[in-house]
Amino acid sequence: MKQYETVIGLEVHVELATKTKIFCSCSTAFGGAPNTHTCPVCTGMPGSLPVLNKKVVEYAMAVGLATNCKINQYCKFDRKNYFYPDNPQNYQISQLYLPICRDGKIEIETASGKKEIGIYEIHMEEDAGKLIHDEWDDCSLVDYNRSGVPLIEIVSKPDMCSAEEVIAYLNKLKRIIQYLGASDCKLQEGSMRADVNLSLRELGAKAYGTRTEMKNLNSFKAITRAIEGERARQIELLESGKQVVQETRRWDDNKEYSYTMRSKEDAQDYRYFPEPDLVPIVISDQWLQQIKEQQPELQDEKIVRYKKEYQIPEYDILILTSSKKMADLFEDTIALGKKPKEVSNWLMGEAMRLLKEEEKEADEISFSPIHLAKLIDLLEKGIINRTVAKEVFEVIFREDIDPEQYVEERGLKAVNDEGMIRKMIEEVIQTNHQSVVDYYAGKKKAMGFLVGQTMKAMKGKADPGMVNRILEEILNQ
Amino acid sequence: MDEMALTALELAKKIRKKEISVWEAVKAALINIEKREDILHGYITVDQEGAKKRAEIVQKRIDAKELLGVFAGVPVAVKDNICTKGILTTCSSKILENFIPTYSAEAILNLERAGAVLIGKTNMDEFAMGSTTETSYYGVTRNPWDIEHVPGGSSGGSCAAVAAEECSFALGSDTGGSIRQPSSFCGVTGLKPTYGTVSRYGLIAYASSLDQIGPIAKDVSDCAAILETIASYDPKDSTSVKRKYYNFTSALVEDVAGLRIGIPKDYFGEGLDLEVKRAIEHAVKVLEERGAFVEEFDLSFVEYAIPAYYIIASAEASSNLARFDGVKYGYRTKDDTRLHQMYKKTRSEGFGAEVKKRIMLGSFVLSSGYYDAYYLKALKTKTLIKKAFDRAFEKYDVIVAPVAPTTAPKLGESLCDPLKMYLGDIYTISANLAGLPGISVPCGVDKKGLPIGMQLIGNCFEEDKVIRAAYTWERSQEYKRCPIVKEETKLYC
Repeated sequence: MKQYETVIGLEVHVELATKTKIFCSCSTAFGGAPNTHTCPVCTGMPGSLPVLNKKVVEYAMAVGLATNCKINQYCKFDRKNYFYPDNPQNYQISQLYLPICRDGKIEIETASGKKEIGIYEIHMEEDAGKLIHDEWDDCSLVDYNRSGVPLIEIVSKPDMCSAEEVIAYLNKLKRIIQYLGASDCKLQEGSMRADVNLSLRELGAKAYGTRTEMKNLNSFKAITRAIEGERARQIELLESGKQVVQETRRWDDNKEYSYTMRSKEDAQDYRYFPEPDLVPIVISDQWLQQIKEQQPELQDEKIVRYKKEYQIPEYDILILTSSKKMADLFEDTIALGKKPKEVSNWLMGEAMRLLKEEEKEADEISFSPIHLAKLIDLLEKGIINRTVAKEVFEVIFREDIDPEQYVEERGLKAVNDEGMIRKMIEEVIQTNHQSVVDYYAGKKKAMGFLVGQTMKAMKGKADPGMVNRILEEILNQ
Repeated sequence: MDEMALTALELAKKIRKKEISVWEAVKAALINIEKREDILHGYITVDQEGAKKRAEIVQKRIDAKELLGVFAGVPVAVKDNICTKGILTTCSSKILENFIPTYSAEAILNLERAGAVLIGKTNMDEFAMGSTTETSYYGVTRNPWDIEHVPGGSSGGSCAAVAAEECSFALGSDTGGSIRQPSSFCGVTGLKPTYGTVSRYGLIAYASSLDQIGPIAKDVSDCAAILETIASYDPKDSTSVKRKYYNFTSALVEDVAGLRIGIPKDYFGEGLDLEVKRAIEHAVKVLEERGAFVEEFDLSFVEYAIPAYYIIASAEASSNLARFDGVKYGYRTKDDTRLHQMYKKTRSEGFGAEVKKRIMLGSFVLSSGYYDAYYLKALKTKTLIKKAFDRAFEKYDVIVAPVAPTTAPKLGESLCDPLKMYLGDIYTISANLAGLPGISVPCGVDKKGLPIGMQLIGNCFEEDKVIRAAYTWERSQEYKRCPIVKEETKLYC
């Protein structure tokens, strides 16, 4: 069998986080009753006209800048003409001839090292409505709530050659865009959608093979499976002397198989032409400068700075900066005077554990840095012990409570009264005589048991260090 | 008293002075409609009840001194491609036979603010595609000067209604001459403003980059005042322009001393009817006698205007009209069980022949492989035409041209020879391609008794010069009422 190289390019659609739609002032909020977030413009009524939402241009510019694109300071919208009921005007307002961003690149890192992935262009466009097929009534209904929701499409160069690289690229894009606040980039909810263009060529060949485009990829897992499946399918074709047909295929992740949606022959002629209802977008140097200045510190820059400023392991830095929410929380807590290492430990340990347990993403963290700082304070001052602190952290994580108040109300303060602890230890020794005998017989484990019994008796509020010390004292008397 | 013989401004003044009531004015228009519509058919919808209600409201507001607008109480007719909230708006097409907008065009809102009373919607060529008002699904409109002739188009209904005094003034739309040419054929005055002056919000698009709403009235003064009322910067229309001035009536000055008038030789050669030519030459002479400086010049690129126009307009139309698909509103075929069948049949049954022809032409010039050869080339031609006008306006304030090669043709004549009909747009199209303001003013009658129009074209945003020249010419002659109106008036007197 010949050796084949996989060549992959991605078209990534990202729903922008604007409050209103791209060409009208209807809400972009998700989940309204059908056709409640609509007006004459986004339902394509006769005589209605589009007016561009400035925020869309700003988000597109921000993403373009963050991905090292050249910003076209004179760009235009075009109409893409095709008939489909989810498309109320039967044309989509998009950009073909002069998109807002061109020629960018981002760096990805995989097991095999660092690599640059080129970005061919980023353009702005409107989303379509949603078709609902009512099997019961045997009819189709249209919900135009999503019609006119702003999208950017990020078209990569065919620079990727494995699923691993594709995932790394998508993660990188996702992180950049989330950092910019331009979108929440959720694949499952469709606010980030990736179409995979894949072709094969013999190892060492220069010319590209015939590519297919795969749609309906709703998770990273589906993308990985689809790439592997498509590679295998194309190899099988080529090895049996057949040709790959240029076509769009739909991935069915349940059956782990893709099937033809439309071939090149059925490809529609979209009859693109400049949108006459919108004037060209002229981005002044001043406007561009303003967006540049507003760009937040991105992950790559944060990593470099963290290495310099905080004595924490590189792995922790990667995790802490993987979401802007987490990084902000980390920095804000430090700004309240807490030690980076201590803050990092809480976030890396307890926070990550709870996120995993609740199947949440780091962006969904919702507690305030003030509460974390107070918790660390309580611990450092010895007002609570670490065991109690972990319990309180869980409540902060879930309900963002004020730890001072919580500890006060629940009586969780550590018991530092030596006399009281001593008295309790004596009681424990009395009732666990066998353990004491074991201890003297050289079984050091027995010590741990007695500490545990004492802590239990004191409802976890005693300082374990003090318990240890006093116990040792008594036993060694 | 014959209220409808008055200009809109004169009528408004009488209403303000309480010499007549709003309802009397509106009723006078409705009576004329009842008398003449059977023959003329200028209207698709006459909203008698609505007009009465609106008249009552306007009267109350005038009495309460809330409404001081220049057109308070004046009955107005509106072309049927301009959306009117709650009133059928068909574009003269079967495909919109049941379309009642939930919103009014910005121009209509501006008219309402000035107190004008909408009485009905006027006939037009289907989707404004045509030069005769014969492509309307709802039947032809006849020219009130001679009912064997067409009123011109596409705003034929509006112009016929103004000429026949079935309204005080009307709104039309002009994509390639659709206000100016029927105004010329019907002996009334029609103005196409600079592109971007009147909001297109609510105007059902034919060719978005060329369409403009404009006034049609008995004289230049009315047109200037109407434009002043309907023109506005509208954030809902991205192509709307924030102009330096919106005061067009201050240009109503009878003085052309020193005004530089250019006569493009290319417009007065072959193909122009001799009677039309003479009438315009006479008018130019009058302006020259009044102190204007007149000179002939070569405009150039004139022969490319028609192909460029039909490519651009058809291309935009093919996309603009895609939304009429039977899914959301308008006509839907009965055979609608399968989607593509539904699309095909709805559009085959819903659109007329001329519209289909232009959709096909437009789809063709935009299709892959042809885009560069046709559409892109047409856009370049458009730029060249604009530049030719820029050069001309360095030397001249106003360009005088014919409106159409002939006076109104007979019914049926044009559709038999569509190429001739398209060529008939030659003098008006360039103003749309270059975005320029143009006015058509009556300048005589031919031997057949049909009116002749003269066109004055200005540079972008220089309606003032056009209005001044047109007004000066108009003051040298009397407004000629069309024969039907005069005869009937005699009978009634």
